[in-house]
Amino acid sequence: MSHPSLDKEEFLSALEERHGTALQSKFNNAAVAVCGLGGLGSNIAISLARAGVGKLYLIDFDKVEISNLNRQQYAVSQLGMNKTEALRETLLSIAPYCEIIIHTARITEDNFAQLLCDADIICEAFDRAEAKAMLVNNVLEYFPHKFIVSGSGMAGLSSSNTIRTRRITKRFYLCGDEISDISDGLGLVSARVMICAAHQANMVLRIAAGEYDA
Amino acid sequence: MVKVNGHETDAAGNTISEYLTGTNYDAKRIAVEKNGEIVPKAEYETTVLIDGDVIEIVSFVGGG
Repeated sequence: MSHPSLDKEEFLSALEERHGTALQSKFNNAAVAVCGLGGLGSNIAISLARAGVGKLYLIDFDKVEISNLNRQQYAVSQLGMNKTEALRETLLSIAPYCEIIIHTARITEDNFAQLLCDADIICEAFDRAEAKAMLVNNVLEYFPHKFIVSGSGMAGLSSSNTIRTRRITKRFYLCGDEISDISDGLGLVSARVMICAAHQANMVLRIAAGEYDA
Repeated sequence: MVKVNGHETDAAGNTISEYLTGTNYDAKRIAVEKNGEIVPKAEYETTVLIDGDVIEIVSFVGGG
């Protein structure tokens, strides 16, 4: 995937020029898990890869479907692929030196510890409210030293300005309007989902940089 | 008084499970934080709220 004339040093120096050497070093040292690669997760992963995050764990059990294309970062040519493999392909075309580890699996109470043990910061980017609660509760309970950044409330077309980031505990951040629920018949629309994803990605980058306020 | 999501309540003396029973929260969709720390789900039935506790209940909604 990498451009033949673009070696790792050139790539890194371009990032350092944009972000500064100290900040880029922090991004490069970050290991982030993205749990769920739908509208939130695919957008979060692209932001993190572009910023030069060194290591990304991508976890999802699903395949790319036509109904995903309204908001998720996949192409028609990727229909039918595992989301993990499709997103890895896209990320490597953007950030060829990002280390990407994929797990094509459903995250459960039984396997989360094994799947997430090597990540420092975890993004909850699931679709179902019960799955969100399961992951957040388990991560906070079993991994007291990791950070989790969760997304809740981004359906529909309400104002962009209702989506925010709140720090709930020292290591738990919640992004979204906390209200707009797909079960209320609200659809998910690309831009508003991206706003929430960008809140999550920005919080991850802030944590990586040592900025812990929401 | 026990502060729950910013509101003063008279929940002192109740367990978290007892408090939740009187609310509309769906236990499968929430995370409960007490005085800045997550409360493990297995401890909802044994964690008794006391005067001065500050509780935050996060109720997740679907979509992603």
